[in-house]
Amino acid sequence: MAFIPHTEADVAAMLAAIGVERIEDLFDEIPPRLRVNSLGGVPEELNEMQVGRLMSERARADGTMLSFIGAGAYEHHIPAAVWAIATRGEFYSAYTPYQAEASQGTLQLIYEFQSMITQLTAMEVANASLYDGASATAEAALMAVRANRKSKSARILVPTTLHPHYRKVALAMASNQGLRFEELPYSAAEGIITPESLARYDGEDITALLIPQPNFFGRLEEVDALTDWAHAHQALAIAVVNPTSLALLKPPGEWGARGADIAVGEGQPLGVPLSSGGPYFGFMAAKLEHVRQMPGRIVGRTLDVAGREGFTLTLQAREQHIRRAKATSNICTNQGLAVTAATIYLSLMGPQGLERTAAAAHARTRELVSALTRVPGVRLAFAGPYFHEAVLQLDRPAATVLEALAHDGILGGLDLSGYYPELGNALLVCATETKTAADLERYRSALSEALQAARAA
Amino acid sequence: MSNVPEDRKYTKSHEWVRALADGDVEIGITDHAQHALGDLVFVEVPEVGRTLKAGEACAVVESVKAASDVYAPLAGEVTAGNPKLAQEPETVNAAPYGEGWLMRLKPAPGALASAALLSAADYQKVLDAEGD
Repeated sequence: MAFIPHTEADVAAMLAAIGVERIEDLFDEIPPRLRVNSLGGVPEELNEMQVGRLMSERARADGTMLSFIGAGAYEHHIPAAVWAIATRGEFYSAYTPYQAEASQGTLQLIYEFQSMITQLTAMEVANASLYDGASATAEAALMAVRANRKSKSARILVPTTLHPHYRKVALAMASNQGLRFEELPYSAAEGIITPESLARYDGEDITALLIPQPNFFGRLEEVDALTDWAHAHQALAIAVVNPTSLALLKPPGEWGARGADIAVGEGQPLGVPLSSGGPYFGFMAAKLEHVRQMPGRIVGRTLDVAGREGFTLTLQAREQHIRRAKATSNICTNQGLAVTAATIYLSLMGPQGLERTAAAAHARTRELVSALTRVPGVRLAFAGPYFHEAVLQLDRPAATVLEALAHDGILGGLDLSGYYPELGNALLVCATETKTAADLERYRSALSEALQAARAA
Repeated sequence: MSNVPEDRKYTKSHEWVRALADGDVEIGITDHAQHALGDLVFVEVPEVGRTLKAGEACAVVESVKAASDVYAPLAGEVTAGNPKLAQEPETVNAAPYGEGWLMRLKPAPGALASAALLSAADYQKVLDAEGD
């Protein structure tokens, strides 16, 4: 059945009232040549039973692979309670409700989420979430242009150590709004942005500097020096951070002498499963002085007329239903369900749980790097500290090696040759708390065999 | 009867302009405008040194129910933004023609003479037509 509440009689009455015979007549001003009557490449419909069967066959074909891929989406253990609670009917929606204040539970949850994000990042305010880490980064750049009134250039410095997809999304979302993104090269030896490489921008008008931590290579950037450089040049410092890592690393609000101005990131590691790229969610926090330039919704805590605590959408004058074309963004709905899961995840883990998760992921990655670099033909690409990812250089093409590993049921990492051709046969690997010593040994042994086979070929 | 002092000029978009002794002009929003907006919670004034064209959106006044742009009544360079408003935006409600001024401009050459400004009486007619 079609989920349309109008009966045929209702429809006929409405059409008669406006004087047309058929619903199609409402669209007759669209010329026939612009109409798409059939969608090429889209198969015929399947019913629920058929779709269920197709999907389980596909899932069987994929198998259960042992994954060492990170690159922006991370496999973490998600306590069963997270999604058991998140999928309760009271929470099961992706949206902030249209009559937001009638849903006090939803608003309280978002308020708790915002509070947790401010604690993780050591920033003063956080919003109710954005679409994902990449679009949150683009929104942060747009926000910086509005917030940094000392700068007129709309120039944003973007390290090439920032996730390549984030760079593409930022360019797609913001370049037509007058922003200019200038890429900063990384140190070939260290895989980070060196503060010295910024010297050529001395004396120029820069609006903001993006600072990934950890960066796409897993390496830790010199965030204090970079933040201070930005502030010394009247630029804003935008932190792009992994939320799990913040349980161990210095939070953006404490970077350098004055702290980052805006902090954004991908929220997926906080209780959202890996799922073909999404849905995930982005988070954003900032200094209070910039709150009116922040995109998205913000929930505040208040008192009602009887003096009872309640929650309300606040600072809505930034938003499109009030400010129209001058709104800080056209984001009004958000990834509410994923945010619900993240809030429950963080509540269950607590600060110590998150810290133990982060420490375990870091330890597993160190063990992985140590095991794999004992394999002949494998070495670590960059010297210096990393969080839970690292770049390995192989003596054979990564694509060949990954194909062989896949035959052994192992997703061995991300081949970087398409993104960073200058790195040669480079492979980005990740291990989280989900990997055991036996998993690491299985990878080491399979890699050793794959490389030997590649050399023999 | 609205509060429309005779000592200054007005715009149809509810700004006022007052000539200062040093040749600059002071700009704010009218009593009618502050009343229509309601309690102000935020005022953003332009930066000193910014060059404005006549009619350019140059400040934002935000109340509990709306946010509105303030338009430059004439071309010029901003010489001051009212520093009091960052912490006390309600000053605009309390004293729209005095302590609640928004900005001061050094008019561009000839800008003051050529600006399409209304006398107090003409601005009163605008308000009457709006049903004030």
